[in-house]
Amino acid sequence: MRRIISVLMENEPGSLSRIVGVFSQRGYNVDSLCVAPTTDSSLSRLTIVTHGDDKVIEQITKQVNKLIDVLKVTDLTDGTHVERELMLIKVAAKTDLVRSEVNRTVDIFRAQIVDTDAKNYTIQVTGTSDKLDAFAQAMWAQTEVIESSRTGVCGLARGEKSLRV
Amino acid sequence: MMSGAAMVVRALKDSGVTHVFGYPGGAVLDIYDALYAQDDVKHVLVRHEQAAAHMADGYARSTGKTGTVLVTSGPGATNTITGIATAYMDSIPMVVLSGQVPSMHIGEDAFQETDMVGCSRPIVKHSFLVKRAIDIPKAIAKAYYIANTGRPGPVVVDLPKDLVNVLESHPYEYPSDVTMRSYNPTLKGHSKQIRKTVDTLVNAKRPVLYVGGGAITSEASELITELAEKLNAPVTSTLMGIGAFSSVHEQFVGMLGMHGTLEANKTMHNADCIFALGARFDDRVTNNVEKFCPHATIIHVDIDPASISKTVAVHIPVVGSVDKVVEQVLSQLNKKDLTEQKQKLADWWSQINSWRDRKCLSYEKSADVIKPQQVIEALYKHTNGDAYVSSDVGQHQMFAALYYPFAKPRRWINSGGLGTMGFGLPAAMGVQMANPDAVSVVVTGDGSIQMNIQELSTCLQYNLPVKIISLNNRALGMVRQWQDMIYKGRHSHSYMDSMPDFVKLAEAYGHVGIKVNHPSELDDAMAKCFALKDRLVFMDIAIDQNEHVYPMQIKYGAMDEMRLSKTERT
Ligand SMILES: Cc1ncc(C[n+]2csc(CCOP(=O)(O)OP(=O)(O)O)c2C)c(N)n1
Ligand SMILES: [Mg+2]
Repeated sequence: MRRIISVLMENEPGSLSRIVGVFSQRGYNVDSLCVAPTTDSSLSRLTIVTHGDDKVIEQITKQVNKLIDVLKVTDLTDGTHVERELMLIKVAAKTDLVRSEVNRTVDIFRAQIVDTDAKNYTIQVTGTSDKLDAFAQAMWAQTEVIESSRTGVCGLARGEKSLRV
Repeated sequence: MMSGAAMVVRALKDSGVTHVFGYPGGAVLDIYDALYAQDDVKHVLVRHEQAAAHMADGYARSTGKTGTVLVTSGPGATNTITGIATAYMDSIPMVVLSGQVPSMHIGEDAFQETDMVGCSRPIVKHSFLVKRAIDIPKAIAKAYYIANTGRPGPVVVDLPKDLVNVLESHPYEYPSDVTMRSYNPTLKGHSKQIRKTVDTLVNAKRPVLYVGGGAITSEASELITELAEKLNAPVTSTLMGIGAFSSVHEQFVGMLGMHGTLEANKTMHNADCIFALGARFDDRVTNNVEKFCPHATIIHVDIDPASISKTVAVHIPVVGSVDKVVEQVLSQLNKKDLTEQKQKLADWWSQINSWRDRKCLSYEKSADVIKPQQVIEALYKHTNGDAYVSSDVGQHQMFAALYYPFAKPRRWINSGGLGTMGFGLPAAMGVQMANPDAVSVVVTGDGSIQMNIQELSTCLQYNLPVKIISLNNRALGMVRQWQDMIYKGRHSHSYMDSMPDFVKLAEAYGHVGIKVNHPSELDDAMAKCFALKDRLVFMDIAIDQNEHVYPMQIKYGAMDEMRLSKTERT
């Protein structure tokens, strides 16, 4: 099952490699990884999308929690949560027909064209991973996708629940 | 104000360090210069850095104190890797200080540069790459704090050479507090879990205490003995837990697992309640987890939450240190009426005694050839069962574990988790350093002893009167045993064609060597060995090459499915 593990850790050199190490050493999957300092710059927040059965997920949270730099770990998919991912996607947009078609799809997905030149559009789209997949598919159907880059998922629990010190 | 190198030595002293096991080289010459100028911290010069780590490890296992290693960058650091991994697998507190190339050269593939923090990452509890000289005391203080709290383990402190330059000075401040917001091991068990535990224990008709290395780490021996006696429950121990509960206590049913006793494995398999204390349900214990102890309610006490339900799903998890949790359990048990306990478990004990009656450790002596079991029994006799016995890895290790009953914790020193050949001699040296007046023995094999034999030289330098009991079967015996059993006796590279003359070798290093060939010589030779109190004695004992270690679990079976000899099965 797909899980989103959220980690609060000390923003120190080596912290990230230790977490990534736990995944590779113990053979856990990393589907996506998103990490950056929080508003308190001494802390980093990391979101990992992984999959596995309950036993594996329990081990992942425990093994990550065991790292000395890690303050808190939670499985966001245990409860209701908000998750978002951002994708930048560059597509060929050479003809008026393609341009108008792509534009329509951009509207439907509430995406944004953030850069353009004579031949290409660069589009920004945010949402759940599924939505990003769907958008990319739609682009393939309409034109050629030149390249794309995704941030990986980040997320927060809904309501009162939070990860803080 | 002092140099970074002086800060390292001072911080070691302030962390309570008395012994450092190490080997110098370019990146740590400044630190070695600072060591030269003082007497507070004693440095022990090894002959190979792997041995430095094992010595620090033996020092730690026998005392509970953190062992300290100091090595140079590159090859010095990488040579410690096996020693660090050994300590990591067995949760042994250790701090490894490694030199590093100067900060400005890190990443340039400079001479003797290795990413030590990266290399050691999967086998350390934590590591520090120190970035500024003023951070040295804090990094070292934290390293000792982390290494020896919670579930202990090795910590690496990597020190770039420019930070320890003897020509520069910095203010020295040893931190008064090293607690960290991200690291707070849970010591006391949750009260709800304690209540469930007590209820389960009291209601059990066939309980067993399954004791592991965590019981030794947390110094819980007395409490566990009190608990076992109150409950009248049988006690078994893992290879790592040997000595936590006295092996000569009548409630002890022996070691469990792959080479455990029949009665220990039967007791586990038939139990209705297993109280696991600082043990981790490792594959060498459980055999096939699908068939593991089908009737038992399992209570698992461990300071490391990640150890709980890792291999075997447990019913009552209790996160906490063994001593604290057993104390909590005892305080509740004391309110219960346990007078019936003896009578209640009478059936259970008569069943256990019937398993004991099969005498799974009996073996046949021979008039012509020495049996390994017999050597360990003689060792027990000549040391009054009170020696520190370190071991290497192989058949001899299992014979030592099974035939030398340890009455006290921290006396049995072996590489359980990693199974590191070459561990024994340096570990016994670390034990001897920490306990100068004690008898420190290593039980080893002709294969294992050759993996760190160069340390005989260190023994001479520091007058370490370690007693080497080498069970010489002219073979990698444990490998050979598996080849006999699984590979139709095809002994692929498990024998040694060109054994050195160990007596001459010992003598060449300035020690005493004794060769024992015949059963009739064994007793006298042992007596002579232990009479030479101030000398290192290498006993090269020729034993039966064809002996196997039994009992032995049958692969894919339940934990109590065992071979009892070359011909008998359970
Ligand atoms: C460093 C290392 N290499 C290989 C092994 C695999 N191994 C386990 S036991 C053993 C044989 C040990 O031979 P010896 O020390 O003579 O002991 P014996 O079994 O003969 O008593 C080997 C090769 C190991 N445990 N450690
Ligand atoms: Mg051998």
